[in-house]
Amino acid sequence: MSFVQASIKKPRRSPLFWAQLAFTLTVCAFLIVPVFMSMTAGVTLNYMTGVSGGLTTQWVEKVLTDYRDPILLSLQLAIACLICTLLLGIPAAYVLAKRQNAFTRAIEELLVMPVAVPGIATALALIVTYGNSGGFRTSWLFILVGHVLFTLPFMVRSVLAVMSSIDLKTLEEGARSLGANFTQRFFGIILPNCSSGIIAGSLMVVTLSLGEFNMTLLLHTPLTQTLPVGLADTYASLRLEVGSAYTLVFFIIIVPLLVAMQWASNAISQRKQI
Amino acid sequence: MAPVAILFAAFFLLPLAQLVVIGGSGKLGWSAYSTVFTETRYLKSFSATIALSAGVTLFTLTVSGITGVFLERNRFRGRAFLTAMLTLPLAFPGVVIGFMVIMLAGRQGLVPDITDLLFGERLVFAYSMGGLFMGYIYFSIPRTILTVMAAAEKLDPRLEEAARSLGAGSFRVVRDVILPALKPAFLAAGAICFATSMGAFGTAFTLATRINVVPMVIYTEFTLQANVAMAAALSFVLGGITWAALAFARSLSGSSVAASG
Repeated sequence: MSFVQASIKKPRRSPLFWAQLAFTLTVCAFLIVPVFMSMTAGVTLNYMTGVSGGLTTQWVEKVLTDYRDPILLSLQLAIACLICTLLLGIPAAYVLAKRQNAFTRAIEELLVMPVAVPGIATALALIVTYGNSGGFRTSWLFILVGHVLFTLPFMVRSVLAVMSSIDLKTLEEGARSLGANFTQRFFGIILPNCSSGIIAGSLMVVTLSLGEFNMTLLLHTPLTQTLPVGLADTYASLRLEVGSAYTLVFFIIIVPLLVAMQWASNAISQRKQI
Repeated sequence: MAPVAILFAAFFLLPLAQLVVIGGSGKLGWSAYSTVFTETRYLKSFSATIALSAGVTLFTLTVSGITGVFLERNRFRGRAFLTAMLTLPLAFPGVVIGFMVIMLAGRQGLVPDITDLLFGERLVFAYSMGGLFMGYIYFSIPRTILTVMAAAEKLDPRLEEAARSLGAGSFRVVRDVILPALKPAFLAAGAICFATSMGAFGTAFTLATRINVVPMVIYTEFTLQANVAMAAALSFVLGGITWAALAFARSLSGSSVAASG
C-alpha cells in the first residue's frame, strides 16, 4: 500500500520531516555509537591511542580463557531455562486460553509477578527461604529457579497471544471429529499452529536468561558465576579493553538472537494482517 | 497447570511470604517496615529513586513519542533499518548498559572528549546520578518506541485530516488529535518505564556503588552490613511500588512488556 503510494506521487518532504528525521537519527546515534565504540575497543591494542595503534585479538582470547566457565554456564542455564519454560509454559498457556474465568485470570496475574517485583527482591526471598539448604544453594540449579521464574511469563504471554488469535476450538473439534485423541491433537494441531508464538517466546527466554543479572548477582556463588556477573567483574576491576572484549563476546552471542527476535515479531504481525 | 502452580508456590509465593516475615524478625521487629518511611537515610534513597525514575519516564516518553510517531507516519528508504537499530538494545542487560554509559560519559568516554574540544574541559558524569539517568533512558527508549509505534499504527488519519481541513495547524493537531489518542499507550509505557527504573540494579552496580538508589541500598544492607531484615523490608516496599505501577499499566493496556534491568 505505502509502496504504491510512494511510486505514484513522490511527496515533497516538509521541514518538519527533516527536523524529525534528524532527531530520530540523533536518538539512534545515542543508542548505537557506544555499541560500536565498545566493539572496536575490544580489538584495539590500546584504547587511548585508538584503532591506529593497531588491532589485536589478545583481549578476546584472554576473556575466552579466563571467563570460559561463566560463558559456558550461562549457555547451559539458558538452554535449561528454555526447556523448563517450554515444558511449563505451553501447557499453562493452553489451559489459560481454553478456560477463561476469574481463577485463570488470577493465575495469569500471579505469573507476571516475578517480572513486576525487582529481581533483587525475588533473589533475596529465595535466599532467605532456601539459603541454608547447602547443596541446592551452591548448585547452578538455584540460579535456574530464578531464571525460570523471571522468564516464564514471557513464554506464557507469547504463546497465549497466538493461541487467542487462532480459533483453537474449531480446529480441535475438527480434529476430534476425525478421530484424533488428545495427544494427537496437542502435537499435531495445537503446537504447529502456535509455532510462531513458541519461537518468539523461546528467543525472548534465551536472550533474557543470558543477560539476567539483577537476581543472579545474589543467587550465584564463586563457583557458579554467570556471563553477566563476569562482565560486571571485568568492568569493575580490569582495563577497559578487557571489559570491551568481554562485551564484544556477549554481543556476538546476543545480537543474532535479538535480530531473530525482531524477525519473528515481524512475521507474527504480518500473519495477523493476512 | 499443576506443575506451574507447584513451582510457583514453592519458589515464589513461599519465599515472598518468608521475606515478609524476615523483614519483621530483625532487631527492630515489625517496626522495620515503618523505619523504611521514618529513617532519613532510607527516605532520602526512596525519594531520590522516585525522582530519578519520574524524570527518566518523562524524558523517555517525550523522545520516544516524537521518534515513534515519526517512524510510524512516514515511509522512506532505510526506515526499517532505522527501526531495527533503535530497538536493538531492547534486551541488553543493565550491566552492559552501564558499560555503554561509561563508553559515552566515562573517564575515557566520548562526551568528555567532545566537551574538551569545545570548552577545554572534560565533563565526566558517568559515575553519578547523571550517568544513571543516561543509562535508564538508554534502557527505556527502545521498548517505549515499540509501544508508541504500535499505538500510532491504530491512529485514524481521517481525524487528523478533518482537523486540518477545519484549519488546525500542526501544533494543534498534535495537541488536540494525536496526543489524546496516544494517551493510554503513553500512560502504560510510562508506568512500565517507571517501574523498571525503580527496580533496576545492574546499571547502578556497574557505574558506582555510591549511587544511593534503593536497589543499591538493599544490596549494601544485605552484603556489607548483613542486615537481612532491613534488606527484606526495603525489598518488600520496593516490590510493592513497582508491582502497583505495573498493575496500573496492565489495567490500561491489557499487556505489559517489562524486562530485566
